[in-house]
Amino acid sequence: MPLVRVRDVSQVFANGVRALDGASLDIEAGEFLSVLGPSGCGKSTLLRLIAGLAVPTAGTIDWPQGRPDLGFVFQEPTLMPWTTALANVALPLKLRGVVRSEREARAADALAGVGLVGFEKSYPRELSGGMKMRVSIARALVTAPKLLLMDEPFAALDEITRRQLNTDLLELWQRTRFTVVFVTHSVFESVFLSQRIVVMSARPGRMRSELAISAPYPRSEAFGTSADYAALCRLTSARLSEATVA
Amino acid sequence: MSARIVAPVLMGLVMLALWEGLVRAMAIPPYILPGPILVTKTLISDWGTLWPALLVTLRITLEALLAAVVVGILLALLFSLSRWIELSLFPYAIILQVTPIVAIAPLIIAWVDDVNVSLLICAWLVAFFPILSNTVLGLRSVDRNLLDLFELYGASRWRTLLDLRLPAALPYFLGGLRISGGLALIGAVVAEFVAGSGGRESGLAYRILESGYQLKIPRMFAALVLISAAGIAIYLLLSLVSHLLLRRWHESALKDE
Repeated sequence: MPLVRVRDVSQVFANGVRALDGASLDIEAGEFLSVLGPSGCGKSTLLRLIAGLAVPTAGTIDWPQGRPDLGFVFQEPTLMPWTTALANVALPLKLRGVVRSEREARAADALAGVGLVGFEKSYPRELSGGMKMRVSIARALVTAPKLLLMDEPFAALDEITRRQLNTDLLELWQRTRFTVVFVTHSVFESVFLSQRIVVMSARPGRMRSELAISAPYPRSEAFGTSADYAALCRLTSARLSEATVA
Repeated sequence: MSARIVAPVLMGLVMLALWEGLVRAMAIPPYILPGPILVTKTLISDWGTLWPALLVTLRITLEALLAAVVVGILLALLFSLSRWIELSLFPYAIILQVTPIVAIAPLIIAWVDDVNVSLLICAWLVAFFPILSNTVLGLRSVDRNLLDLFELYGASRWRTLLDLRLPAALPYFLGGLRISGGLALIGAVVAEFVAGSGGRESGLAYRILESGYQLKIPRMFAALVLISAAGIAIYLLLSLVSHLLLRRWHESALKDE
């Protein structure tokens, strides 16, 4: 029984743009799934629909196991600049009415979980791009969600920071085994991170093919330089080209 | 000391010296143009009349600014809650703003019995628009993703306003406040001119009028100096408030790095 069942979902915006055209997808509990596709293929729209931030024009999104807690990580860190890292991370708890002492303790734990001990009192502008993204991830995880939706979260970061965050994200995932839906346009990132990759076509987006990445975890830098990894990237890249052209 | 302070101070001193020199060299009589030394002397000798007048004008200015803040924010909140209210009221706010205050001040003074209240209304009319329009802009300039985040966690409209829209609007509001501070003073002075009220409760503008009639031009200049000083003080004070509120997070308050 999947966690989420997306069936024939289409989304047409008010301006007539068809972002999704009959997309179907099952998301299994606990898996690390990447949604790979060219810019503008409706990947982000799909995430917003799953998050309930928009209603599909057609099709259904079901939760056979009940709708779990969600975490959402945007492409930008999307922090409130007027308050501290701790208060930013504590926001979801605050909005749910958790008392101050408890939410601050849990937010501090979440910050520690992403390696940001000692930055609780820092304001977003005092943090680097990578650190801001860590705060954003901590905020998404502070409610201990069963499902983490990530919308090209590392696309704006430099290569070195991105690699570090990829490794750390996998470590977090292995520790708690929440479900991840990771939207990306990077073949390398999707192969390095996920157990399964869904390749989407150019707009209007639909699922074109699916790949299983069976390499074992933990995946280290060594995996990232192995011949296996290179072969998988080649294969995925070919699938992406097919999906984009046809 | 930085060039930011030295340059304008030096410039000011040079201009004052030039002014004094010209007045002396050309023997201009004080009732045409008094020199800065005479103006300073008058400022000191007439302090007993000018200081209470300054307080009257300042009180009207601050009351009008306070009213502008309260009404500006309340209207902005109302506008942000309902598109319909905004569409129906905003044009009239603009009409109030673009109508010259000198043209409507006589009406207001004729309609309202209490002179102080009518002065307050005039100054408020001039001051409230920048606060209103800036706050409306600020309440709308909220990061879309943050709005989504609040929705995702089921935040009520009230929570979203309190924790997201208001803090996001703060820098815009403070920008409007700085403009309105100066405008409130101008509004108060203009209204006093039109009202031309005498007696003990008269502001600086009336002192200027009175000095003009009596050809006490040095006192007129001294009153002008006080109005300018008050305007600068209001601006600096509001800038300081703005800096203190924003220094931890907003780009406008960051030091050059």
